[in-house]
Amino acid sequence: MSKELIRLVNCRMDFDGETVLDSINIYFNDSEFLTLLGPSGCGKTTTLRIIGGFLQPTSGDVFFDGVRINDVPPHKRRVNTVFQKYALFPHLNVYENIAFGLRIAKLPNKEIDERVTEMLEIVSLRGFEKRKPDQLSGGQQQRVAIARALVNRPKVLLLDEPLGALDLRLRKDMQNELKRIQQQLGITFIYVTHDQEEALAMSDTVVVMDRGRIQQIGTPEGIYNEPKNAFVADFIGESNILDGIMRADYVVEFFGRKFRCLDKGFAPNEPVDVVIRPEDVDIVPADSGHLCGSVTSVTFKGVHYDTIVDFKGFKWLIQTTDYHAPGEYIGIRLTPDDIHVMKKSEYSGMFGDYSSYSAEYDEINDPDAVIGGEETPEEALNEE
Amino acid sequence: MKRAGKIWTAIVLLFLYAPMIVLFVGSFNDGRDLSEFEGFTFDNYIDFFEDSDSLRLLANSLILAVTSSAIATVLGTMATLGIQALRGRIRKLVMTLTNIPLVNPEIVTGISLSLLFVFIGRNMLGTENILGFGTLLIAHITFCLPYVILSVMPKLRQTDPSLMDAALDLGCTPLQGFFKVLLPQLTPGIIAGAIMSFTMSLDDFVISYFTYSAEFSTLPVEIYAIVRKPVPPMYYAMFTLLFFIILFVMIGMNIVQARDEKRHVRRTKNT
Amino acid sequence: MKSKFLAGPYMAWMAIFTVVPLVMVAYFAFTANDGSFTLENFVNASEYLPIFLRSIWYALAACVICLFVGYPVAYVIARSTSNVRRVLYLLVTLPMCMSFLLRTLALVSLVRDTGIINNFLGIFGIGPLPLIRNTGSVIMGMVYNYLPYMIMPLYTVIVKLDPRLVEAAQDLGCDSLQTFRRVILPLSVPGIVSGITMVFVPAVSTFYISQRLGSTDNVMVGDIIERQFKGSYNQNLGAAMSLILMVLVFISIGLMNRFTDDEEVSTI
Repeated sequence: MSKELIRLVNCRMDFDGETVLDSINIYFNDSEFLTLLGPSGCGKTTTLRIIGGFLQPTSGDVFFDGVRINDVPPHKRRVNTVFQKYALFPHLNVYENIAFGLRIAKLPNKEIDERVTEMLEIVSLRGFEKRKPDQLSGGQQQRVAIARALVNRPKVLLLDEPLGALDLRLRKDMQNELKRIQQQLGITFIYVTHDQEEALAMSDTVVVMDRGRIQQIGTPEGIYNEPKNAFVADFIGESNILDGIMRADYVVEFFGRKFRCLDKGFAPNEPVDVVIRPEDVDIVPADSGHLCGSVTSVTFKGVHYDTIVDFKGFKWLIQTTDYHAPGEYIGIRLTPDDIHVMKKSEYSGMFGDYSSYSAEYDEINDPDAVIGGEETPEEALNEE
Repeated sequence: MKRAGKIWTAIVLLFLYAPMIVLFVGSFNDGRDLSEFEGFTFDNYIDFFEDSDSLRLLANSLILAVTSSAIATVLGTMATLGIQALRGRIRKLVMTLTNIPLVNPEIVTGISLSLLFVFIGRNMLGTENILGFGTLLIAHITFCLPYVILSVMPKLRQTDPSLMDAALDLGCTPLQGFFKVLLPQLTPGIIAGAIMSFTMSLDDFVISYFTYSAEFSTLPVEIYAIVRKPVPPMYYAMFTLLFFIILFVMIGMNIVQARDEKRHVRRTKNT
Repeated sequence: MKSKFLAGPYMAWMAIFTVVPLVMVAYFAFTANDGSFTLENFVNASEYLPIFLRSIWYALAACVICLFVGYPVAYVIARSTSNVRRVLYLLVTLPMCMSFLLRTLALVSLVRDTGIINNFLGIFGIGPLPLIRNTGSVIMGMVYNYLPYMIMPLYTVIVKLDPRLVEAAQDLGCDSLQTFRRVILPLSVPGIVSGITMVFVPAVSTFYISQRLGSTDNVMVGDIIERQFKGSYNQNLGAAMSLILMVLVFISIGLMNRFTDDEEVSTI
C-alpha cells in the first residue's frame, strides 16, 4: 500500500557488554503512525536513537529510502526528534527555538518567518513568540518542541515519550492533537511510549518490545485481540493467563474442562497459554456456570467493578457492571470468542495471575515486580 | 537565641573588616603609620598614580591575571566537557589530579614548580634565568584550572544532555551545537570561573613568590619584599581602589547569579 | 562521543605541572647537593620536629576556633532571607579576594603595643596589653585569614538542609538543643570536614602570619622551608621538609575524609 521508508536489519546494540537490542528487524512505512511500546529498558528508546543517528548499532544496518545511513550523523538526516523532556533551548524564546533548525540551514529570513508563523498556527501558540521556555506550561513547551521539529519538514518525526511529563487530562488532549497534526501533515511518526492506552489510541501500527526484542507487530486491535505471548497479553490491557492443553483444533482444555475456541494449528495435546480478558467473562449463578468459584475482593472502578474470583486457588480478574459481594459463590460462562490460545513462551507462568491483586494493578507494568510474588500459586497449580 | 546569632555575626564581620577599615582610613592618612591618623589627604592616591614602579607592578599583575585566567578558562572549560564524557577509573584519576593543587599547601606547590622550572632551565635549556613571566603564567594557570573546572562542572551537570542531541537533530554540526546551544547554558559557570581565576591570580603571593624573577615581579610579591621597611601609604590607596573594583565585580556576579537562580527555580517548578 | 579527548590537553598540563613537580620535590628530598642518593635531609629535617609539632598544634587550634566562631555565622547566613543571605555571603567571602599581606599588616597595626587598640585603651590607663608577638596572636592571625574558608563550606551544607527536617525533629519531641545535636549537627559533618581541611592546610603551612604576628618562639614549618629556598639555599633540606609537610597534609585529609563519604564536598 504505502511505501517503505526506514528499515532496520539485524540491529544489535551492546552497552558495556550488556545487550540492549537483540537483532531487531523492522521496517517503517511512509505516512504511518507507528508506536514502539514496552516497559522501561525494553530497547524502544535505543531503537529511536539509532534511527535519529544518536547511536550507531553495534552490528546491523539502518536503511533510509533504501540507502544505508549507519554512518550519517544526526544533523544530516531528514529526521527530527521531539525529546523526552522537550530539550527546548532555555536561552532562546519560543520563536527562536522554532526557527533554530531553519537558521542553521541558512534559509532567508522571510521564509523562516513564514514557516515559523505557520507552525505557531498549527500548534496554536500564536502570541507566545517572545516567551522563554521557562515561562510556558508543560503542555505549551510540548507544542514548541513539536513545532521546532516539524518546521524543518522532516520525512520522519521521532517522538520519545513526549507526553510523559504531562498530567492525565493534558495527555489525552495532546494525544488527539498529535494524531490530528500527523494526519494533517501526512508524515511518518515514530512514537515511543510505555503507556499501552496511548499506543492503542493513536497508532496505525504498534510494535511491542521487551528485553531488547520485538514481541509482536500489528494493528492495535490485532495486538489486543490476538496477543502472541503472555508478555503481550499482560502488557496490553488486563489478562487472565492459564495453563491449558490443546486437545484438538478448536478444543482447549483447562481446569480439567474442555472448551470450544477459535484457534487451530497446534500439535495434538500441546501445552499452551490461554488468555481470557477480564471484560469478556460473564458471571452467572453457580449452578449454570462452566466454572465456579468464590469472590475474594471487589473494587469499584467507576465504569465497572474489578472482581477477583478464586477458581481452585487460581485467582481471576473479572470486570463486571454488576456487584457481587466478597464471599459470594458464583459461576462463569465462556464463549469460544472469549478464549484466546497462545503458544508457550519464555514468559509463560510469569503473568496473568491476580493472586497478589491490588487496586493499583495498572501501575505494576514492570515485569520484574511481578515475577517474585507469583511463583508459589503457579507451582501449586502446576502440581494439580 | 536568634538575636544572639545575629549579634555574633555582626561581631565576626567587624573582626573581618576592622583591618580593612584601617587600610581605608590609612589611604587618606597624611602620615605613614597606620596606627596614627595625622590628617586627611588624597596625596597617597596621587602618589600611587605618579609612581611608575608601582604602576608597572600593577600592570604586571593585571597582565598576568588576565592572560592566566583567560587561558585557564578556555582550557578548563574544554577539560570539563571532556571529563563529563569520561567514566569510571579514568574519571576518578582526572578528578584526583584536579584536587591536587586544591589540597596541596601553596608553599609546596610553589616550591615544586620552582624546582621543576629551575631543573628544566638548567638541564634542558642551559639557562639559570628561566624564571619570569612565562613561569609565573604557567604557575598561575595551574592553580586556576581546578577552580574553572569546579565552577563549570555543576552548570554542565544541570544542563539537559539532550539539548546537544536536539541541536544535532536540528542540523547543527557538533561545533555549531557547542557554540549555539551548550555554551550559552555554561556561560554563568564560565564567567564565575574566570572571575575567580582572575582574583586568585591577582592576589596570589605564595606561589608567585617562588616562581617570579626580579625582571617580572607582581604587586603582592613586592609588597612582601618591602615589609621590613614601613609600607608606602600609596599601597593603602591601591588596596582601597582594588577593594571597590572587586566589590563591584562581585556584586555584578551576584546579580547575574541571582537571576540565573530564579530562572532555574522557575524552570524546575514548571516541569 | 569523542568529546572525552577534550580532557587530553588538561590531563597533559596537570601531569607536567603538578605531578612532575611533586616528583621533583621527592627527587631533591632524597638527594644531596651533588645529586647522590641520601637520607641525610630527613635526618636534618627531624631536628625540626618540635617546629612541625608546633605548626600542627597552631593549625588545629585555628581550626577549632574557626569552627566555633564560624558555625553560628554560617547558620545565621543560611537561615536568612535570600537577599540578606546574598549580602552576608558576599561580605564573608570578599576578604578572601583582598591582599592578605596588606590585611595582615593592618591587623598588626591594630594589635601591636603602640597599635590602635592599645592606644585607645591607654586613654583609660589600661595596658598596653600583650596582643602581639605571642602564640595567641599567631593563631588569631590564622583565624582572621582563614575564617571565611570555614564559613563557606558550612554555609553550603546548612543552606541545603531541608527545614522540614527540623520540623520533623521537633514534631518527634526534640527541643531546640536536641534538634541541633541530633539532626542539624550530624548533617553538617561534610561541611565541618571540608571547612577543617580548608583551614588546616593553609594554616599549617603559612610563613607570613608567623613572621608578622609571632616572635622567634613562634617560628613555623613554612618559615623554615621558605628560608631554605630564599635564605640559606639548602634546597634539598627544604624539599625534604616540603615532602614531609605534604604527606602530613594528605594523611590528615585522608583521615578527615573518613568522616564523610562525599568525595567532592571535601575539596570545594
